[in-house]
Amino acid sequence: MLELRGLKKSFGQLEVLKGIDLQVDKGDVVAILGRSGSGKTTLLRCLNFLEKSDAGTLSFDGESFDMARIGKKDIARLRAKTAFVFQNYNLFLNKTALQNVTEGLVIARKMPKDRAVEIGRRMLERVGLSDRESYYPSQLSGGQQQRVAIARALATDPEIIYFDEPTSALDPELTGEVLSVMRSLAEEGRTMLVVTHEMGFARHVSNRVIFMEEGEIVEAGDSRSVFEQPRQERTRVFLRNVYQHLETNEAPSPEG
Amino acid sequence: MINERLLEIILDSFWQILLPGLAVTIPLTAVSFFFAMIIAVVTAMVQFAKVPVLRHVARFYIWVARGTPLLVQLFVVFYGLPDLGILVDPIPAAILVFSLNEGAYCAETVRASLEAVPAGQMEAGRCVGMSYLQVMRRVVLPQAMRIAFPSLANSLIAMVKDTSLASNITVTEMMMKTRQIASVNQEFLALYIEVGLIYLLFCTVLTKVQSAVEKRLNYYGRKED
Repeated sequence: MLELRGLKKSFGQLEVLKGIDLQVDKGDVVAILGRSGSGKTTLLRCLNFLEKSDAGTLSFDGESFDMARIGKKDIARLRAKTAFVFQNYNLFLNKTALQNVTEGLVIARKMPKDRAVEIGRRMLERVGLSDRESYYPSQLSGGQQQRVAIARALATDPEIIYFDEPTSALDPELTGEVLSVMRSLAEEGRTMLVVTHEMGFARHVSNRVIFMEEGEIVEAGDSRSVFEQPRQERTRVFLRNVYQHLETNEAPSPEG
Repeated sequence: MINERLLEIILDSFWQILLPGLAVTIPLTAVSFFFAMIIAVVTAMVQFAKVPVLRHVARFYIWVARGTPLLVQLFVVFYGLPDLGILVDPIPAAILVFSLNEGAYCAETVRASLEAVPAGQMEAGRCVGMSYLQVMRRVVLPQAMRIAFPSLANSLIAMVKDTSLASNITVTEMMMKTRQIASVNQEFLALYIEVGLIYLLFCTVLTKVQSAVEKRLNYYGRKED
């Protein structure tokens, strides 16, 4: 469904992505792991053109695009098939939860308002927030805001959803509610590309894992094999550090 | 000190001064501020969106409008332009100058407010498929105007008082009227304090309106009480 070849991106002198190849099939839940600064988030932002890539080819649904030269129309067309969930939610602060979900439908897709509201309510119900539809983001907890953001992402029925560290800004006791929504999306066959630090999610919910370091993909494979038999030394070191860190702090919860 | 004659002058002139206040000062302020807001939003957005060429035009305009005295601008338009054969009536000249002058200051307020809206708001809007202008109109600008509101109200209050300069280009607003009355009865202290108090009254009303509107605007920014 999505195939990426040779994605490169530099910020000034700093080469953040050094040629990324990636393939995502329909129904895949791909977790992207790696330290801060490894380029995970930039990869995701380039995929949705929030950052301009320096080089790379993106194939989506059989169409190919040169990522360094792609035009506005193609970007809009591709974005219509995708959705993005941000680390800090980025809900529209001047809109209620329901309006956050319906805004794109009504304004971008010119959907009649009553139909958009119907979809919006269904999406909020899907993330368990039916009783919060008239709340503004500032009146919601971080976990609730992120669930509204997921509802907003689902509203357009995207072919793939990009998640950029969706639980990193949350208090530990709030990550569970977001992860369980994401798990249910995975179970219903949604295609997801998730940058995350949640090892439980990467191991048990995603079916594929990509490990990145210094702008390169070091290791990629199905979740079980990456976690149980990492082939690369750098992956082993990363996983060992993460688990040591978890053990010294708190046990990983079964959810995340 | 206040004898009967003075009291009578003060009371008589009150209505004579208030009338041009209601008929000229307030409409002049309102109309000029309305145009100033349009100029400000457009000028701010041109800079915020980094529109080529136009952003430089915007910078140049702000540079000139903020860097020259309001009184000089009034004189150039009203007394200067006739040299080029361009005759502008006093009130249109005042509206033109006040709009352009105020627009430049408010443009800076609006631009700073646009920059204060988190960049993620625009990104999120683009990601749900909205165009730049759609996100601007529906999400970013409403938030920016809320941030800008106290400063803009400040500018409006300043403008009420600045309209007194229009008396220098023969507009019969409150200040002009007061000067006329004072030149007849020679009670300068009493009359200029009186007109000052009427300006104060106008600004007090605006200040009250400002805080009432601010309360309303804040409703989505606060936790439930």
